Amino acid sequence: MRHRPRGQHIIRFEGVGLRYGLGPEVLQDVDFALPAGSFHFLTGASGAGKSSLLRLMYLGLRPSRGRVTLFDKDIALTRRYELPALRRRIGVVFQDFRLLDHLSTLDNVALPLRVRGVKESEVQKHVPELLSWVGLADQMHSKPPTLSGGQKQRVAIARAVIGRPDLLLADEPTGNVDDHIAMRLLHLFEELNKLGTTVVIATHNQFLVDRFSQHSRLHIERGTVVEPEDEA
Amino acid sequence: MSLLSRRSDLPLKGDPNSRFLPWLVALMVYLSSIAVACVLVLAGLVERWDHDVSGTLTVQVQPVPGEAGELLTDDRVRQAADLMRRTPGVTAVRPLDKRQTLALLEPWLGSAELVKDLPLPRLIDVSIDTAVRLDLGGLADRLGKSVPGATIDDHRVWLSRLINLSRTTEWVAIAILVLIGFVTSATVVYATKTGMSVHRSVIEVLHLIGAHDDYIARQFADRAFSLGFSGGMIGLAMAVPTLTAIGWAAKRVEGGFLPSLSVPLSGWVVVGLLPVLAAILAMYTARLTVHGVLSRMP
Ligand SMILES: Nc1ncnc2c1ncn2[C@@H]1O[C@H](COP(=O)(O)OP(=O)(O)O)[C@@H](O)[C@H]1O
Ligand SMILES: [Mg+2]
Repeated sequence: MRHRPRGQHIIRFEGVGLRYGLGPEVLQDVDFALPAGSFHFLTGASGAGKSSLLRLMYLGLRPSRGRVTLFDKDIALTRRYELPALRRRIGVVFQDFRLLDHLSTLDNVALPLRVRGVKESEVQKHVPELLSWVGLADQMHSKPPTLSGGQKQRVAIARAVIGRPDLLLADEPTGNVDDHIAMRLLHLFEELNKLGTTVVIATHNQFLVDRFSQHSRLHIERGTVVEPEDEA
Repeated sequence: MSLLSRRSDLPLKGDPNSRFLPWLVALMVYLSSIAVACVLVLAGLVERWDHDVSGTLTVQVQPVPGEAGELLTDDRVRQAADLMRRTPGVTAVRPLDKRQTLALLEPWLGSAELVKDLPLPRLIDVSIDTAVRLDLGGLADRLGKSVPGATIDDHRVWLSRLINLSRTTEWVAIAILVLIGFVTSATVVYATKTGMSVHRSVIEVLHLIGAHDDYIARQFADRAFSLGFSGGMIGLAMAVPTLTAIGWAAKRVEGGFLPSLSVPLSGWVVVGLLPVLAAILAMYTARLTVHGVLSRMP
């Protein structure tokens, strides 16, 4: 086996391919590794496979081939009961939010804490704090169906970051908000990144990518992750 | 009742299960309570009857008429006594000879001289180990077949047959209880699986957020417990009047041989526990079902 220094990378893809059912390979020969504490934009045309790549990263899918190593664990060799511990280190903002419609904003954001068994007093302290930070203090007891797209997005983001994840994966997290709020959310992600969280943001918002150009990019083209050509 | 008010992340309250499961459990608890009462009442009866048929019994051998009758009768008495001796549980067999029989009858029939030529039945005293339950019905049949004219005390044989019937009925009632448990479990399995497919996407989100299978299973289990318990209470509410009515009816017919047909106190305790038992059964079934389904997911 190849020698590889441990703990350097949060996540590593080696020769990964993915197909849905019997369809063609959506991703192929994907090779990359993200150093701990790094910040990345994941770019690519619509349908390029950004969401699919994130799904592989948050263990929502298993690769059809190749190896995914997450927090130094080979996912193919990981037992089912070990998955929750890995998933708790990951915060995900889903492209379609995936909020639970029957739960209030507060309960939605509290979920990651509650599945960890965090004390209710802690939950009642931290969740409202974060909700006011993302500007939803007065929507605490509303349910998702009554919220606007942008508000839902912020609830989804709050739920992803409440557990202070080691890895934050966000799928088009600024798709439904105006640039002003998008900037604010990006700053939230940067704050988290400064505290040590590795961040990957899938986006097609060129304005943001340009505005935060100090961050590295993962670009998907023809089903694989490539080094982005610098803007011409 | 923290179990009934525990928070749930799954919207299980509005499920179709919530409507049919309690009624099914109610029916099952109702039927179980009758079966339980049946078992306990019969067990009480059998115990009394058992006491009545243990101890000693008497075998009668009809005399054979005619010249050689005396000898033939002696022979039959010997055969009957041998058969009794070979029967497990019999501790002593004492055939009474003609003189002893006459002595026994003297108070009623007067001087032995007068009746000694009458064809009197001959008696055999048999002692039975009280710890052993003899099937007197079977014994009487065997005796009648191998020794013509030999019979066992009628009342006892009849009681013994009644005991056998009661025991069979008891087993049937217990089998019905087990069956009810299976049906209830199977329904909970079905309801849980339906609920899981309805809430598939919520379960997926909980998983992705890092919930263990048991976190999800417990929510289904809590729900099954409260549905089972409320259904069980309805069943109990229906069972109490029924059992009371049966008790009253039994008191009326209570003659010599049906000592007590009413449900004993222990029976009421067991019946009172049935809703809790049903709820616990539903809870564990739901929990195991969820674990089973989830473990087959990727
Ligand atoms: N659940 C799915 N089943 C089948 N095909 C899918 C599924 N999700 C995505 N795809 C296909 O995979 C490709 C990449 O999709 P996606 O990862 O959503 O791209 P992006 O997020 O970059 O828009 C598309 O061709 C899409 O049709
Ligand atoms: Mg997408």
